[in-house]
Amino acid sequence: MSVESIGVLREPARRAVYEYAVDRGELVSRDEVAQALGMGRTLAAFHLDRLADAGLLEVSYARRSGRSGPGAGRPAKLYRRSDTEHEVSLPPRRYQAAAGLLAEALERSGADERLFEVARERGRAAGDRSGSSRGARRAEPDRSREAENAELVETLAGQGYEPARRDGSIVLRNCPYHGLARDFPPLVCGMNLASVQGLIEGLGCRGAVARMAPEAGGCCVVIDTPVGDAAP
Amino acid sequence: MTAYHLAQLNIARPRGPLDGPLMADFMSRLEEINALADAAPGFVWRLVGEGGADATALRPYGPDVMVNLSLWESVEALYDFTYRTAHLDVLRRRREWFHHDDLPAYAVLWWVPAGTIPTLEEAHERLTMLASDGPTARAFTYRAPFPAPATSPTGEPANA
Repeated sequence: MSVESIGVLREPARRAVYEYAVDRGELVSRDEVAQALGMGRTLAAFHLDRLADAGLLEVSYARRSGRSGPGAGRPAKLYRRSDTEHEVSLPPRRYQAAAGLLAEALERSGADERLFEVARERGRAAGDRSGSSRGARRAEPDRSREAENAELVETLAGQGYEPARRDGSIVLRNCPYHGLARDFPPLVCGMNLASVQGLIEGLGCRGAVARMAPEAGGCCVVIDTPVGDAAP
Repeated sequence: MTAYHLAQLNIARPRGPLDGPLMADFMSRLEEINALADAAPGFVWRLVGEGGADATALRPYGPDVMVNLSLWESVEALYDFTYRTAHLDVLRRRREWFHHDDLPAYAVLWWVPAGTIPTLEEAHERLTMLASDGPTARAFTYRAPFPAPATSPTGEPANA
């Protein structure tokens, strides 16, 4: 299943359709896709349906005009990314199974704080390694907080978080540890928070503060960037 | 209406006196988190010590074993409160305040007929069952949940 699903993305135009739907992070219509990508509506519909058949997108129907009843028109077919996870590993590897065992052992031994330490150290190292940040910090030691935040967003994207700026915060629309986090929330969400905190430290991002915000959906961490635009 | 409610017990040993500096952060968030639970969708009941607002003064299982005992409408309702609210941020720091080093099991779920409140003795028996038999329909965990019984406590179909 997964190899076939991923294979569907090989076609560049279809991949662009998929990435557009993922980026939007909400339901998208055929018209929106056609317009955004400059392709015909029929072609957009074809790609969307192929992606849905492959289990990469989910389909729902709704009227977008806000009207209902007779005269409101037919409900539109809408698409968004499916929650189904696709992973292909050749030769076969079972890292998720190993992660589940490790997490349960950590939880049983009560070693959460050790895990958070490691996550923070690794996050810091990853932030510090980030080539552009090193260069930028050397080149312009008093670069703006906005530049730092922009770099943080870029680095988070590179780590699979799908960050988006929203009202003085960075929200993370994807949880890179979703299945594991569902089974071991305090352990894995705590690890995730520590990773992001480490990343912020490693990047030297002075205005950003990560906190838990599990009610927000997506990732349980939100990064506040209150001085993003004001302070130098 | 559902014929069964989900009962939840967890126990832990605090790492220091409740009025000391080590437990201060935990104690300071208690009221907020309990209010969050009371207002959570699907919340039914929680154990409160006599004359108190929470269960922190109760030690039914030993001199330094604290208890949480509560009832919920479903596993999902309890999961959403426990892991999808500000409660998660407190839970993330649980090891700073509590340990369960010598406790064979420290958290258990089971179904009770709606309208009944489990006793502390029954709750302890469920924990012992989980420790000795692993997860079963009579004593289970989040990671190995069991559905509510299909018939009501009086023998009627549960969702009639």
